[in-house]
Amino acid sequence: MPAPIRLRELIRTIRTARTQAEEREMIQKECAAIRSSFREEDNTYRCRNVAKLLYMHMLGYPAHFGQLECLKLIASQKFTDKRIGYLGAMLLLDERQDVHLLMTNCIKNDLNHSTQYVQGLALCTLGCMGSSEMCRDLAGEVEKLLKTSNSYLRKKAALCAVHVIRKVPELMEMFLPATKNLLSEKNHGVLHTSVVLLTEMCERSPDMLAHFRKLVPQLVRILKNLIMSGYSPEHDVSGISDPFLQVRILRLLRILGKGDDDSSEAMNDILAQVATNTETSKNVGNAILYETVLTIMDIKSESGLRVLAINILGRFLLNNDKNIRYVALTSLLKTVQTDHNAVQRHRSTIVDCLKDLDVSIKRRAMELSFALVNGNNIRGMMKELLYFLDSCDPEFKADCASGVFLAAEKYAPSKRWHIDTIMRVLTTAGSYVRDDSVPNLIQLITNSVEMHAYTVQRLYKALLDDISQQPLVQVASWCIGEYGDLLVSGQCEEEEPIQVTEDEVLDVLEGLLVSNLSTPVTRGYALTAIMKLSTRFTSVNRIKKVVSIYGSSIDVELQQRAVEYNALFKKYDHMRPALLERMPIMEKTASNGPTEIVQTNGEAEPSVVEAKHPPPVTQPTNQANDLLDLLGGNDVVPVIQTTVPTKPASAGGELLDLLGDLSLSGIPPMTAYNKNGLKIDFTFERANPNPNIAVITIHASNSTEADMTDFVFQAAVPKTFQLQLLSPSSNVVPTLNQGTVTQVIRVLNPQKQQLRMRIKLTYTHKGSAVQDLAEVNNFPPQSWQ
Amino acid sequence: MQFMLLFSRQGKLRLQKWYVPLSDKEKKKITRELVQTVLARKPKMCSFLEWRDLKIVYKRYASLYFCCAIEDQDNELITLEIIHRYVELLDKYFGSVCELDIIFNFEKAYFILDEFLLGGEAQETSKKNVLKAIEQADLSYFSFSRGWI
Repeated sequence: MPAPIRLRELIRTIRTARTQAEEREMIQKECAAIRSSFREEDNTYRCRNVAKLLYMHMLGYPAHFGQLECLKLIASQKFTDKRIGYLGAMLLLDERQDVHLLMTNCIKNDLNHSTQYVQGLALCTLGCMGSSEMCRDLAGEVEKLLKTSNSYLRKKAALCAVHVIRKVPELMEMFLPATKNLLSEKNHGVLHTSVVLLTEMCERSPDMLAHFRKLVPQLVRILKNLIMSGYSPEHDVSGISDPFLQVRILRLLRILGKGDDDSSEAMNDILAQVATNTETSKNVGNAILYETVLTIMDIKSESGLRVLAINILGRFLLNNDKNIRYVALTSLLKTVQTDHNAVQRHRSTIVDCLKDLDVSIKRRAMELSFALVNGNNIRGMMKELLYFLDSCDPEFKADCASGVFLAAEKYAPSKRWHIDTIMRVLTTAGSYVRDDSVPNLIQLITNSVEMHAYTVQRLYKALLDDISQQPLVQVASWCIGEYGDLLVSGQCEEEEPIQVTEDEVLDVLEGLLVSNLSTPVTRGYALTAIMKLSTRFTSVNRIKKVVSIYGSSIDVELQQRAVEYNALFKKYDHMRPALLERMPIMEKTASNGPTEIVQTNGEAEPSVVEAKHPPPVTQPTNQANDLLDLLGGNDVVPVIQTTVPTKPASAGGELLDLLGDLSLSGIPPMTAYNKNGLKIDFTFERANPNPNIAVITIHASNSTEADMTDFVFQAAVPKTFQLQLLSPSSNVVPTLNQGTVTQVIRVLNPQKQQLRMRIKLTYTHKGSAVQDLAEVNNFPPQSWQ
Repeated sequence: MQFMLLFSRQGKLRLQKWYVPLSDKEKKKITRELVQTVLARKPKMCSFLEWRDLKIVYKRYASLYFCCAIEDQDNELITLEIIHRYVELLDKYFGSVCELDIIFNFEKAYFILDEFLLGGEAQETSKKNVLKAIEQADLSYFSFSRGWI
């Protein structure tokens, strides 16, 4: 059998392949030859074959059949074999396969080999890919080598120990004695790896950290020698002596000095020295300065030193080298919270970085800019940031828009400015604005009461220009639905009011419904807006027509809405004004808008039409507060969520009506309220299949000689309960007990607590408004047990 | 350091050193994606980028890209120096190194790297010492046995 071809020969051959297919063919042929060679247990050429296999593996071809061969090479006595064997092990074996454990014994032997280069191979392999089991088995050998006087081996043992500790942290203790005089070594290799080892131990264990604090003076001395010593050709890099070691020492000092006054003081001078004396013309000097700055910022340094550090970063920002600017921005981002004022001084340079061509630099500059915005610089900063928003890449727009909204919310100098800023963002980056911004913005707009007319006018004008940006369109339609009356009546004070008719407004909204650019969500907004205008505009017929057309829309969401609104027109017209009236100011919550808004009787997404009870004479803004007042203390939560039934028969109420006072489930009825001629009885029923829900029907009757009109019943329950109030049968309680108003309440009581309820009644009687609050405590036990 | 990759402008891998345990499949995936990302960078961009949760430091020397993945606490600027030192070592060993040297002598490139870094950290900061060790090791195999790969 001819000798297998040499490695270089193979490489040369494979490189002549002109197509992928040709290459694959060559590789397959060679692999077959290698396989048969392996089968023959050929010791002479095993090394050559494995080397070739490694080359093919690098090209991306499978080489797992060579794994065992690597182990055989490692076990060989020839150095060449061992070298390739260990290399193969590092490339082909991984710790998930049990095969790798077979290496352990070989490595153990090689760690004790007579030739240091063999020992070196073993240490390198163990330190690169040793699994936890291997590390456990061989830690003792590594520890032994850590104490050797041979610096070639000692430095490798130190890094091997680092790997062992990472894999098996419990073994850290056993390396402690060997660290005793590591730092007294003259050899830089040993010093460097020792510092790495000490760093690893200090990072992992607070006890070790405390123990090694005493090394601070020694470390300071070593660093000082490096800086002060003359030219040393062996370690020199562009005029700086062993920058790698300097950087690692600075990093260790950072860890040792953090949170410790004494250590921080001991290193103060050397840090100042390094910061001022290091040559900054090349990357290597800046690398050291960078590490120094990080250390100064992390330890308990005196303010003078901190200012020095920030100024170094400021200078970095002006450096031509992009990499330096990048690390400066990253570091400033870390320190902006703690040293805000110092960083502010470099604000203009940071803002300039927004115009940098590099994506990473732009991103950091943007984040930093937002961190620097405050009440004083908001106008100027916002101008820059909005300009950035206009011109930046799409990947930034969403974050930038959110950042602008947040900053505007915190520091807006005036409501008008705030609205203008929002408008600017919506019109320039409208399609990138996050979905959750829409409800937040709506909430913001409702709360700026005096700006309603201005806002709706600006939004209307924006819609005329462009209906493609969905968040803008959604906010605009919502506002037009709410404040369309202000728009048409030309009430704007902030700017020249525009002349617009009801028909023009409806044209725009209908345009949204039919446009291909509108998403289903947007269409929903538009339809609801049109509906709301039925109470604000006079051209109700047109609105009725639109609504009825969409009753047969193929979009289920739209259809449902249209049908419900249709029902409103046909059967519940008396409720329409109340339902569609102006929204109250929504409770401001720190985070998500929508979930909270439901609680407070207003909802940004009108997917459920709320039955809003007409407020007692006063303005709508206090609606939410009223209900909370109803409850007095904190323990009761209002739930006013009703659904408008689409079917004429509201199953619950009328059925129970038919059966009159018959208690269906054996729970006796009760009188909840009886005052001034108004009597309210409760009847009970258990809802199937959920036994935790009690269904209560109220029967309101009026024994006086005059009707009680505009009758509204509201209820509130303690926090552990949930309440759902369905719509009433009517809002007139006829005089002299000629009929009752019924309404169904469903109460979820998962904790089976005693049922309590507070009720609020409002009605008009003999021309005057009546309001009363009462507590209902006399629920029969069966209703809640 | 978690790993170092060397690849050509065409995206061909010339060296891969992994200091974290990953399956072959994962390594291939990472390599493919990272190579694509780095090759897409324009010449004037900075040498650092964030990729997944790692910091990537890369530098191009002639037709080869040297690409390292470092951890959050590692110093990007000194990593550039590490890369540069490795290139210098290769240069000294091969005498004005070029990509072909690394292709045809990839195992030597690994040996040199393994004398410079161990477990992702520098084990020797003196250029002279690293080269001396390689030289001696190269010689020592003559005393053991005779064999040519």
